[in-house]
Amino acid sequence: MGLLSDPVRRRALARLVLRLNAPLCVLSYVAGIAWFLALAFPPLTQRTYMSENAMGSTMVEEQFAGGDRARSFARDFAAHRRKSGALPVAWLERTMRSVGLEVYTQSFSRKLPFPDETHERYMVSGTNVYGILRAPRAASTESLVLTVPCGPDSTNSQAVGLLLALAAHFRGQIYWAKDIIFLVTEQDLLGTEAWLEAYHDVNITGMQSSPLQGRAGAIQAAVALELSSDVVTSLDVAVEGLNGQLPNLDLLNLFQTFCQKGGLLCTLQGKLQPQDWTSIDGPLQGLQTLLLMVLQQASGRPHGPHGLFLRYRVEALTIRGINSFRQYKYDLVAVGKALEGVFRKLNHLLERLHQSFFFYLLPALSRFVSIGLYMPAVGFLLLVLGLKALELWMQLHEAGVGPEEPGGTSGPSPPLLPTQTVGLASLVAPLLISQATGLALYILPVLGQHVAAQHFPVAEAEAVVLTLLAIYAAGLALPHSTQRVVSTQAPDRGWMVLKLVALIYLVLQLACIALTNFSLGFLLAATMVPAAALTKPCGPRPLWAALLVLTSPAATLLGGLFVWRELQEAPVSLAEGWQLFLAALAQGMLEHHTYGALLFPLLALGLYPCWLLFWNVLFWK
Amino acid sequence: MAAPLALVVVVAVTVRAALFRSSLAEFISERVEVVSPLNSWKRVVEGLSLLDLGVSPYSGAVFHETPLIIYLFHFLIDYAELVFMITDALTAIALYFAIQDFNKVVFKKQKLLLELDQYAPDVAELIRTPMEMRSIPLKVALFYLLNPYTVLSCVAKSTCAINNTLIAFFILTTIKGSAFLSAIFLALATYQSLYPLTLFVPGLLYLLQRQYIPVKVKSKAFWIFSWEYAMMYVGSLVVIICLSFFLLSSWDFIPAVYGFMDHPIFFMFIQIAIISIFKSYPTVGDVALYMAFFPVWNHLYRFLRNIFVLVCIIIVCSLLFPVLWHLWIYAGSANSNFFYAITLTFNVGQILLISDYFYAFLRREYYLTHGLYLTAKDGTEAMLVLK
Repeated sequence: MGLLSDPVRRRALARLVLRLNAPLCVLSYVAGIAWFLALAFPPLTQRTYMSENAMGSTMVEEQFAGGDRARSFARDFAAHRRKSGALPVAWLERTMRSVGLEVYTQSFSRKLPFPDETHERYMVSGTNVYGILRAPRAASTESLVLTVPCGPDSTNSQAVGLLLALAAHFRGQIYWAKDIIFLVTEQDLLGTEAWLEAYHDVNITGMQSSPLQGRAGAIQAAVALELSSDVVTSLDVAVEGLNGQLPNLDLLNLFQTFCQKGGLLCTLQGKLQPQDWTSIDGPLQGLQTLLLMVLQQASGRPHGPHGLFLRYRVEALTIRGINSFRQYKYDLVAVGKALEGVFRKLNHLLERLHQSFFFYLLPALSRFVSIGLYMPAVGFLLLVLGLKALELWMQLHEAGVGPEEPGGTSGPSPPLLPTQTVGLASLVAPLLISQATGLALYILPVLGQHVAAQHFPVAEAEAVVLTLLAIYAAGLALPHSTQRVVSTQAPDRGWMVLKLVALIYLVLQLACIALTNFSLGFLLAATMVPAAALTKPCGPRPLWAALLVLTSPAATLLGGLFVWRELQEAPVSLAEGWQLFLAALAQGMLEHHTYGALLFPLLALGLYPCWLLFWNVLFWK
Repeated sequence: MAAPLALVVVVAVTVRAALFRSSLAEFISERVEVVSPLNSWKRVVEGLSLLDLGVSPYSGAVFHETPLIIYLFHFLIDYAELVFMITDALTAIALYFAIQDFNKVVFKKQKLLLELDQYAPDVAELIRTPMEMRSIPLKVALFYLLNPYTVLSCVAKSTCAINNTLIAFFILTTIKGSAFLSAIFLALATYQSLYPLTLFVPGLLYLLQRQYIPVKVKSKAFWIFSWEYAMMYVGSLVVIICLSFFLLSSWDFIPAVYGFMDHPIFFMFIQIAIISIFKSYPTVGDVALYMAFFPVWNHLYRFLRNIFVLVCIIIVCSLLFPVLWHLWIYAGSANSNFFYAITLTFNVGQILLISDYFYAFLRREYYLTHGLYLTAKDGTEAMLVLK
């Protein structure tokens, strides 16, 4: 008979699981963490390679020579911008038309849920300007996008100049098979989101915008450009997008190919790539880069306009020009040639980029870790929770098992059903109360900001963050009120049933999160799994309580911020870190409302109620 | 007895009404787990508009509903939400009364067998009491109405709910003993989707058993009654059948008939489960119907071996359906194989669950007749092997 049906083998398996449970759990957890740390080292990393045939074998010769023109456009743009204070729409329209593009504008406006203190805005409105270069011999079914986000100041004027010069150069070529859209957005990412929503005719974030007059077919790829000065020492590329989505690896490979061809230095997260992978230094730096990427991907923020394109299945990258204290500098012609090469190669695409990886981690720009190699790390971590759940189930049933147990109990063993129903009934209250607290955490801060601002001398943005923290901390006081509700019916082993349900709930959430955003899933698993597995109402309660509080979602966020700054070699003190934390909370909520970022609802509605269940287990009377 | 049922119905109707009014209704009605091409509401509306234009609704291979459904909704299209809420309530009420009667029959039979000393002496704890059986019909109604699968199917206005109602009424009329009504409802259910055809045999067996007609080839009463029932069934089917076409060939997955001559209702439960597992276009509404029966087999709980693993498999698969769909369609990275794998795992979980119940049922029957604490010849504890 099979393993699942043979009682002798089942009993042996059950005994094995119960006896070896603790060592297996520890081994599994350590294996998960070790596997993750080993990802930066050579057997698990591979060199990147171009998978798409259409972009591999053809040679292009770049002919862009409009450096001076770009600079003059940039100067004009900066001057007009300073004069008008906002985006000089009329000047842009005129210039784009003179270069030979079809020009359209789109106005948008949005009232943010509460004032944004980092960018100092509340009622946001602006105009996007875009020009379409129609391909001379194609049917306008596919297009590429070059976008330059413009914030409230004129820091990105060089990029606008380069965009216009490139448009002028591209207009004179006959080989374009896809339309090219040159997009200048205002209010940086808000403008990009407004344009994308209007282009794809959806309304997911409540932005009010005028409909687009001109379209150019399905967008195949997009490049976002940010240049702060007219000479650069290196080009930095950002890949992490909204909710941890990543562009197809081929786009990154393409960009890197052209940087190498033109002799440009390209960097990831501002640091040069280690050349030496044989000694220990290369992989160690790779590990630092990997950890930074994991932290950035887990935050779910779009690290540039490209992050918003990814949601519509448009592969996109953000390229930032960095001007550091290096001797050799490249001017706009070099950057323009690289972009020209990228666009010419993208022009060759026959279908959307799909050959290469969509899920990967980057220890360096030329090395990657594929999903098949990094998933076991989170698998090992979730195995711990599975083993604990199995152990709890077996412990719950060892008293009331049927007549196959050897020796048998002295009298008739108590039937399982009454304990089961009492256990299940006493579960409903903690579950409902935890979910209700999570719901309050999600809805109340933004809803009650005006009431809070009236009663306390704080600004609205601060009121929101402080309400959030207050509700979060109030959840810690819950077990006392929950116990009062169900005090008479809770049996002694009721905490085991609650812990079992909480463990299964946590495993389900972490598994679903890890499938769509590995970094977030791994980070939450690495912190919450030990606390969840170890929590019980007996033993040193203050120790378990401290462990549980230290691994709660908010504490993970705080710790993550400190580690992030540490890895960027710009460590912060406690006070600064706390300010960063408050700002991150506010940004997280804002991004949920303005771009549809999912970190805030996941933590408030999913992981915080689950954590509260464990807190309830800890304080079971 | 009626008041808790009414309360449960009111709560269920409130939940459905709230969901109908919310913005989730559209989202749910497009989920592939809840509606399939065979029972989606969009297609009913499509067929109705084709009918209004005077074109046959079946041209275009989009519409797979039966003409009776078209005409039903032709007159009730404005009250569609109400119709679906009423069908769910009717199903729950039918199941309630059916199980109530069934429990009475079970208890009577158990009493008879006890008086005839057919059970081993030490099985007192396996005997079911009327006390524990009293809450079962309400639990069945509760399980059906508040099951998220049922709520989702109702909010999505999937016509699978109507099929469930017809099968529930078939069960009610079979248990009450009315052969004529049972044949009519079975014909209606078969007419809508071919699979309930396989419920003909258990229905016939139950009706025979109820009238104490032995199932033997030589018995004249057996042949007469079977002929009558079959004629009523085929006759109603012929009367009802129109020019609809059945897209699917029926999967005749009938398990060993001989083991269940004595327990046709359990056989029916297994059949419904197998129908819902092996259908060509399964949706969660089909799963909901046989899951409503779990409280009826509550007494088998102690003999189930892998209930924890199986419940975890089913819950995990249910949660992974939307995640993998998102990865396939929106993130563009997974492909249909992932979704197929989850469907396969879900079906494997269901199959293991059904076989577990099957095994538990047989074991309890064995223990009832042979005693609860078994020892082999040398005094060691005996092991039951399923052959």
